Amino acid sequence: MSESAHSPQSALVAAGQPQISRRGRAARIWRVLRKAPPTAWFGLVVIGVYLFAAVFAPLLAPYSETELVGGAFEPWGGQFLLGTDQLGRDMLSRLIYGARNTVGIAFLTTMLSFLLGGALGLVAAISGGWLDQVLGRSVDVLMSIPQLIFALVLLSIVGSSVVNLIVIIAVLDSTRVFRLSRSVAQGVVVMDYVEAARLRGEKLPWIMRREILPNIMPPLVAEFGLRFCFVFLTISALSFLGLGIQPPTADWGSMVRDNAALITYGDVTPLLPAGAIALLTVAVNFVVDWFLHKTSGLRE
Amino acid sequence: MNPVVRTILQRLGLGIGTLLVVSIIISLAIEMLPGDFARAVLGQSATPETVAAFQREVGLDRSPVVRYFEWMGGVLRGDFGESYASAGSLAGHRRLVADMIGPRLLNTLFLAGVAALVAVPLALFLGIMAALHRNSILDRGVNVVSLVSISSPEFFLAYILIMFLAVKLPIFVSLASISPSMSVLERLYVIALPAITLVLVIVAHMMRMTRAAIINLLASPYIEMGRLKGARPMQIILRHALPNAWAPIANVVALNLAYLVVGVVVVEVVFTYPGIGQLMVDAVSKRDLPVVQGCALVFAATYILLNLIADIVTIASNPRLLHPR
Repeated sequence: MSESAHSPQSALVAAGQPQISRRGRAARIWRVLRKAPPTAWFGLVVIGVYLFAAVFAPLLAPYSETELVGGAFEPWGGQFLLGTDQLGRDMLSRLIYGARNTVGIAFLTTMLSFLLGGALGLVAAISGGWLDQVLGRSVDVLMSIPQLIFALVLLSIVGSSVVNLIVIIAVLDSTRVFRLSRSVAQGVVVMDYVEAARLRGEKLPWIMRREILPNIMPPLVAEFGLRFCFVFLTISALSFLGLGIQPPTADWGSMVRDNAALITYGDVTPLLPAGAIALLTVAVNFVVDWFLHKTSGLRE
Repeated sequence: MNPVVRTILQRLGLGIGTLLVVSIIISLAIEMLPGDFARAVLGQSATPETVAAFQREVGLDRSPVVRYFEWMGGVLRGDFGESYASAGSLAGHRRLVADMIGPRLLNTLFLAGVAALVAVPLALFLGIMAALHRNSILDRGVNVVSLVSISSPEFFLAYILIMFLAVKLPIFVSLASISPSMSVLERLYVIALPAITLVLVIVAHMMRMTRAAIINLLASPYIEMGRLKGARPMQIILRHALPNAWAPIANVVALNLAYLVVGVVVVEVVFTYPGIGQLMVDAVSKRDLPVVQGCALVFAATYILLNLIADIVTIASNPRLLHPR
């Protein structure tokens, strides 16, 4: 989980590097941060709070995520700050553990999708030829059906489990990463220094990691944020449909579904996990917007 | 041959080809089934004989190529096969997948159609206004609202609407159960909340993309020229910008209608609307593969068709292709 703290930070470092070279890392980060707009600050703070909740969930949560501690649907206040769910589990504890489970699984999936799509995209851009054609056409086909529909077909075949979910969504999502990394890498592949490395006899992994990757980092980092949002929303939707993360794991999507009956009595509790999903996505979007604005004129 | 016709025919061929490949994938996905699948459908108490009978009936004992052509031949004649829910039972009622999909598909198209009819003009209007008054309060307000609605899961928006428009202020109903005997007005009333949810989701996307497309156009030299000539803003938009904006706008609209196809799945489940999305989700949790395959093919075909239409509009509205030198 600790790597997730890196993505906004390394983004900041990359953004600030050109102007300031001989300074401590912390000082550089602080400099860039001070000039950040309020929306970006808001985003960073929200992401920080979520990370804190995810890492320290067992310490923060008053009860365990699966323990039955009271009657079903107890009201807010008193012993249970946010009441209990349909089986009598503490709502607040499940919300906190949900940060760990839902966000953690979405993060793992995005990582896997970037490893897969990024590597294949670079290989396609560097080697070109038939390999590029085969990969490109397969990705076209995979992208010609909506991701959710494809995921539903695959889940009906292999059954819903966390591992299946991560692999299926990562593979389907890696198509977009493939397209982006291939197209940005193509601009770098034709550079003289790549040719020089090739003539020097460097192997494919070395060219990928040392020559190309550092030059295409900013768009990939921004894309990571956006893909994370998309993956996060897809997994939540699947969990909400009862086909994603399975009980008794505390997960925001399925918590909404399980407690949805409360809405008809005017109780806002089921909206909390749904709102938690929306808040994190908004926060990530804010940070990505700011990052894109900082690194280049990619947008407007 | 006219280059426009040629390009359109090429796209058509490409679309049909894609659909064919997708149908092969959907049909052959069944090959990846784990060995205990028959047991998962029939239950743990199934005897080896029942399992074998089920596999024979479903066709798991034949080669995948034969099975694909049988399935595809059936689909082309409107026969999507039989639901597993009936294939296992020895006697009695058989449920054809086509009979299950048909009426529900109409319901889904009705809901999506209503949402699209409201959303498309609204989004285009808001997008153009936001692009014209860049960085104004209107632009920023619309931007923030659309960002929030893009970031929220569909079920969040749906439950908020239920909370305020069906529970706190009982204007609409939260269960969108529809029956054949209802009049069109009654149906519209019942599907109001799911339709509003869908509108909120796609208006945000569409509006942002329209805004970006128009801003992109407004930066081009001939618009600057028009402005320097002293043409009125409305005239610049209608006479100069719009003819060139049709292609990106058509793309935006089609993309979002295609997005509607996916969004409808979650929304139908929230409002228990008897559409094809809900059918598919049910079938996935029961692992009723013929139904899943049928629904997936219908969704894929709709999606590919919408993208195809967008491509064709883009080509047909391209002045460079329409007037070749």
